[in-house]
Parts: sequence; C-alpha cells; structure tokens
Amino acid sequence: MPSRAVVADRKRGYSRRQAYLWFIVPAIVAIFAVIVFPWIFTLWMSLQDWTIGMKSEFIGSGNFATLATNVRFLSTIPRTLYFTVLAVILPVILGVFAAEVFHQNFPLRGLLRGIYIAPMMATPVAIALVFAMMFHPQLGVLNYLLSLVGIPKQLWVYSADTVIPSLVLVEVWQWTPLVMLIVLGALAALPTDPYESAVMDGASQWQMFRHITFPLILPFLMIAVILRTIDALKSFDIIYVLTQGGPGTASETINLYLYLQAFSFFNIGHASAVVIVFFVIILALALILLYAREKLRWNQ
Amino acid sequence: MESISDRRKFAVRHRLNKLLNSLALLFAVIVVVSPAIFVFFWMLSLSLKNEIDNIAYPPIFIPNPPTLANFEKIFQESPYGLFTFNSIVVSGTATLVALLVGVPAGYGIAKGKAQGLGMLIMVARITPGLSYLIPLFTLFRFLQISGTLLPQMISHLVLTIPMAVWVMISFFEDMHPELEEAALTDGCNIWQAFYRVAMPIARPGIAVAAILAFIQSWNNFLFGAVLATRLTRTLPVAVYSALTFEQFSWGPLAAAALVVTLPSLLLTIFVQRDIVTGLAAGSIKG
Repeated sequence: MPSRAVVADRKRGYSRRQAYLWFIVPAIVAIFAVIVFPWIFTLWMSLQDWTIGMKSEFIGSGNFATLATNVRFLSTIPRTLYFTVLAVILPVILGVFAAEVFHQNFPLRGLLRGIYIAPMMATPVAIALVFAMMFHPQLGVLNYLLSLVGIPKQLWVYSADTVIPSLVLVEVWQWTPLVMLIVLGALAALPTDPYESAVMDGASQWQMFRHITFPLILPFLMIAVILRTIDALKSFDIIYVLTQGGPGTASETINLYLYLQAFSFFNIGHASAVVIVFFVIILALALILLYAREKLRWNQ
Repeated sequence: MESISDRRKFAVRHRLNKLLNSLALLFAVIVVVSPAIFVFFWMLSLSLKNEIDNIAYPPIFIPNPPTLANFEKIFQESPYGLFTFNSIVVSGTATLVALLVGVPAGYGIAKGKAQGLGMLIMVARITPGLSYLIPLFTLFRFLQISGTLLPQMISHLVLTIPMAVWVMISFFEDMHPELEEAALTDGCNIWQAFYRVAMPIARPGIAVAAILAFIQSWNNFLFGAVLATRLTRTLPVAVYSALTFEQFSWGPLAAAALVVTLPSLLLTIFVQRDIVTGLAAGSIKG
C-alpha cells in the first residue's frame, strides 16, 4: 500500500500538471479563433453553394462533384506535382552538396554561410520582383549571362514550356539553404570513427559519402524532403508575382487556382471544396513520406 | 631504404595534394555562394542606377555614378512611409500577441506534457494559408472592420502564434528543471516559478521566437494582398502593386524591393544559428 505521503505527492503532481495547463489556455483561445474556427468554417462552406453577395444554399457534396469533372481544376494537380517534384529534388541534391562544403573549414565561413542562407529569410515578393527583371527576355541579365557562354536567349516565365522550370529556379534559389542547414546539422552530429577506419582501408571520398555519410544523414534528409514537399505544394508568392498562373494557365497550380476562385470570383463554396481537396493531397503526401522515413529507420 | 630525395618528393607531392584540395574547396565555395551574392548584388545594382543604365543591353553591372534617386522617388511619389508604418504595426502587434500567448503556452506544453496542442500546431503548419483567409475574410466583412489594420493584425496571428509556441516548446523542454524545482520547494507557486525563474532563463529563446515570428509576418504577402485596402497596405503588397503599374521603371522597383527585404535580412544576422530549429518546425508559408 502506498504511504500517505506518496499519495499526497501524486495528487500534487496531478494538480501541478493541471496547473500547467492553465498556461496554455490563452493560446488555445487564440488558436481556436484564428486556426480552428477557419477549419470548421471551411468544412461547412465546402458543402454550400455560396458566392459572396448571394444567398447560400446547402448542396452537400455538390461542390466536390463539380470539382471532379472540372478540367481546369484537374489540370492543376499534375502541374502542381511537377512543380513540387522539381522543387524538392533539386534543393535536396544541391543542399547536400552545399552542406558538405560548409562542413569543411575555410576562412570567412561564418560570413559566407550567413550570405548563403539570406535568400530563405528574404521577402519572397521582393525576390520575385528582382527575378522578374532578371528574366526579361530582351533586357534581362540572365539572358546576357547565357549569351556569354553561347546559349541562345530564353523566354523564361514568358513561355508555357519553360515557365515551371523557371519558377522552380527561383524556388530552388530561395529554399536550398533550408535543406543545407538541416543537413549541416546532421553532419555536425556524425561520429568520426567510421571515417577513420574507412581512411585506413583506403576508401575514396565518394565511397565514404556513399556508404557512411549518406545512410547516416538519410533520416534528416527525409525531414528536409517532407518540409520541402509541403512548402513547394503551397508555394504562392513567387508564382503569383511572376506569372499569376500564366501564360494562359501554364503555371496555374492548385494554390493559384484556389486564390482565383476565392478572391477574384468570390466563389466561396467552390473554393472551400478546393481547400479540402488540397489539404487532403498535402496531408497524404506528408504521411507517405513520414511512413517512408519510419520504414527507413526500421531497416537500419 | 628511403633516401632523402624520396622523402622530399613525398613531401612535395603531399603539399601539392593539399593545394589541389584547397583549390577545389575554393571553387566549390564560389559555386555555392555566388547565386545568392549575385541576386542581392543585382538588386542593389538596379536600385542604385538611373533608368537609362538599368535598361541598357548589355547590362551595366557597376552603377557609375551610383544614385539614390530611386529611393527618393519611391518615398516621395508613393506613401512608402505609411506602408512601412503599416508593416511595423501589423508585424509588431502580431509578434507581441504571439509572445504573450505563446511563451506561457510553450512552457505549459513542455511542463504539462500536453502533446495534443503540439500536434494541432503541426497540422496548422501544413494547412495552406489561403484556407485561413477565406473564413477570416468573410468574418471581417461581417464584423465590418475592413479598412483598418485590424484584419491583418489578427490574420497574421495564424503565422506568428504557431512559430512562437513551437520555438518556446523546444526551448523549455531543453531547460534544466532544477532551478524551478528549487523555487517551488521554497514556496513559490507555479506562476511565480515561471515568471521569476523560467522566463529570465528563457530570454534568448524568447528573442529567437520574436525575431522568427516577426520575419514570417513581415515577409507575408498573401494576407495583405487579400485584406489590405489602398491605405492599409503593408510593404510587400505595396511593392507588388508598384510592379503592375510601373512595369518598366526598374530602378524604383528594385529600390522598393530592397527596402522591403532589408529588415528581414538584418534580423537574420542575429538568429543565424537558431534558425534551423525554428524554421524547420514552426514556419508557415502561404
């Protein structure tokens, strides 16, 4: 039988835990007001036929049925995935390379690392503006730089064929530093012994990376992949400022389509349904990647 | 037996190898850093050149002579002073409120092991920003507070609160509990232990949370694009509108872009090292 003191202690522990919960109350109130209320509202609105200024009408799954046959909406999904795949793979490859570089010792490393991560803290609209000027087909500096190495002028975001890769270029420029930082953190925590014995065995740099570094940083790399996937799917500012989804609808991603429906056509019911579908896509991809990460961990 | 000349040859080869390695590293550093340097340099260069030089082809790289006319122009011809003020008020309030509710919440979650709220914030992290905007936009119309800065202040909480809470959770979880335990045994109540013991220790964490939340809010374009009226524009929205009206005056555009992004870049210097944890876990993008 537990002594009285222990019971009192437990009781105190319990009440203390409860007391700590009071600290959370203001945040919960705020989070419900600005985050949970919008979720519920969106769910409810996705079942309504409502354009601002008109009367709303309950139509159940009607909005979703319309979406399922809406060619313009359906075409945004593969386009978004195309953009996302590029905007995840390229930063991951370049980010690992950059992390390996910043893992070495060289003069001015701190300063250069600061400059290197500046893009991800910069205001996306400002960055998009500068790229808009750099992408200019006649006067832009990028075409000039290409001409120096003998590559013909490109149309960048002004052509349906190159618009997505061009937007990805901006995204890669801005977000590779995030991958670099995550991998750099992982590299700093690596054990040194495997490398010492590998050097003794005469392993090459590449072999060491392939067989020691890569497997060890893979779990961290997966975190970078997950974050990058979520952010790339949601990418908005750069696309909106540079192309507004154009030319035509060549760069209209789900998020751009959503914006148009909600705030150009004020078609709230339809837009809310798009939000739900969009959220499900993001959540599904995030969960698949999380699952892959868990599996990797088990295999090791 | 190894002769002296053999040994010298070996030393030379060793030194050569080292030199080659340093050269390769130098090359790699240049490749990695130059895109960032080039874009910022180009932004600066455009903002310091007159219009004729800006649209010259081949492009003129170094402004000669550099001019501040573009900066004077944007502040004189459009109310950039007002837009700056709006941005400071919106991001300042959103950050302050986020700290007021977020610091205690981070403490409560870390100490009370309330993981549910942590999960909620993770889900908030993956939700697209537009999905908050539709309901809030409707709500603000209903409340008839459009035309003031209030809608933007409130909606920016969507960005700042999760960031503040998330940074503070990880900070309080890493903190050693001995001091607070001692305070509690000495007869402090939980609130006093938080306010007098934990908070002062957590000051660096609070600074990081504040800076990251502020930058998130400062950089945000989407909420302002939807909610701002002509006079309640924040800087990113103002710069975007400048693009649509003055397609070809590059100098003022670049100057405006620089004005918008400079505060974020300066603040980044202070939190360089802590950015990874905060951004990795707590950030929300459009």
